[in-house]
Amino acid sequence: MLDVAVAYNRYKFLGEEFLTWIWYVIEKNQNLLKSFDPDFVALEIGNRIVFENRRKESAERITIKGEGAGLEEGVLALKNGALVTELNMVYRSAELVWRFTLKGESLNISRLSIPQTDLPESDEDLEGYLLEKLFLYDKLLQFFKNLFAHFVKLRISNDWQGKETATIRKWIHSS
Amino acid sequence: MSLSSSTVSITQYNVQGKFNSQIIDTVADGLTKHTISDIDQQVSDKAVGWTSFDKPFQPDFSGSSFVYGNYFIFSLRIDKKNIAAKVLKKHYTIEAARRMSESGRDYLSKTEKKLVKDHVLNALCLRIPATPNIYDVVWNLEESSLWFFSNLKAANEELETLFSKSFGLSLRRIFPYSAADIYSNLTDSQRDELQKISPTPFVK
Repeated sequence: MLDVAVAYNRYKFLGEEFLTWIWYVIEKNQNLLKSFDPDFVALEIGNRIVFENRRKESAERITIKGEGAGLEEGVLALKNGALVTELNMVYRSAELVWRFTLKGESLNISRLSIPQTDLPESDEDLEGYLLEKLFLYDKLLQFFKNLFAHFVKLRISNDWQGKETATIRKWIHSS
Repeated sequence: MSLSSSTVSITQYNVQGKFNSQIIDTVADGLTKHTISDIDQQVSDKAVGWTSFDKPFQPDFSGSSFVYGNYFIFSLRIDKKNIAAKVLKKHYTIEAARRMSESGRDYLSKTEKKLVKDHVLNALCLRIPATPNIYDVVWNLEESSLWFFSNLKAANEELETLFSKSFGLSLRRIFPYSAADIYSNLTDSQRDELQKISPTPFVK
């Protein structure tokens, strides 16, 4: 097994390619996402994307913020060789909505808000309240766990080097 | 950070190792042995330990109080006394002046300066209450997974150390490589492929 620090640094790019691929999937292949959640409604880009371009001599970082922010600059960053390093997303399943940011290098989740639940009225209600909260956290985490597992299998397959990379390149250049 | 907050941060872990029997008793024992101790009116400037999720200032792990359905829920509490540098400097200067006056000298040796600083720090620590920081922990034993409600590096490091000390199990942090290894159910040949991959050039 690789040393933790070595593995963390060596495979940062895997998380960043995952986020870049998610953006592509959101734009071009929402049907794939349905297979991970029977109640799936949509996965959308939220109010913040961070890009990093390590192809340049000094790594360049670009942040796009704000609701409904134009993503043209983001596409331009991809065309210049940047990858998505942080992605804020909105996940909709059935009538419910989750908002959160996923960081590529660590897969850490931040700024996560889950669908609202009723506050417990008494100590007896606490367990039910907590289990409902945990169910809502788990739903999002399971979705991304399965999506990441799918991505990894695709990433190490021959399909990645052939078909998938070509399709992503085409999407970047035609956007 | 509490799992009940309107927005949260989560760091995910895989729990390495399993308990053979008396799981709830073993976890309760680990939590009780490493419960946070109060350092107010004490010389210590920092304390790290477990506390109850629902009563973070009156920790109590008796009667399976940390078990909710299939989950164990408790909190990591880090109490720290933050002494502002300017406050420390003020009290150090006063104490150093007092000692010089008592000794009739107009200087303090290096050792004396250190003793004065330690004395002032201890005196301030006795008077200043600790600031508590509470981070919730959700442990799913069946799935060997654990969610820690913070992305702060220092808090995550304290969690990893205390968890290992308390339960004799280790935590493997989820990041791209470990997630690929744990979540993707890879065959040996796929694992070999994973070792070989390098960044994809999406642009030429």
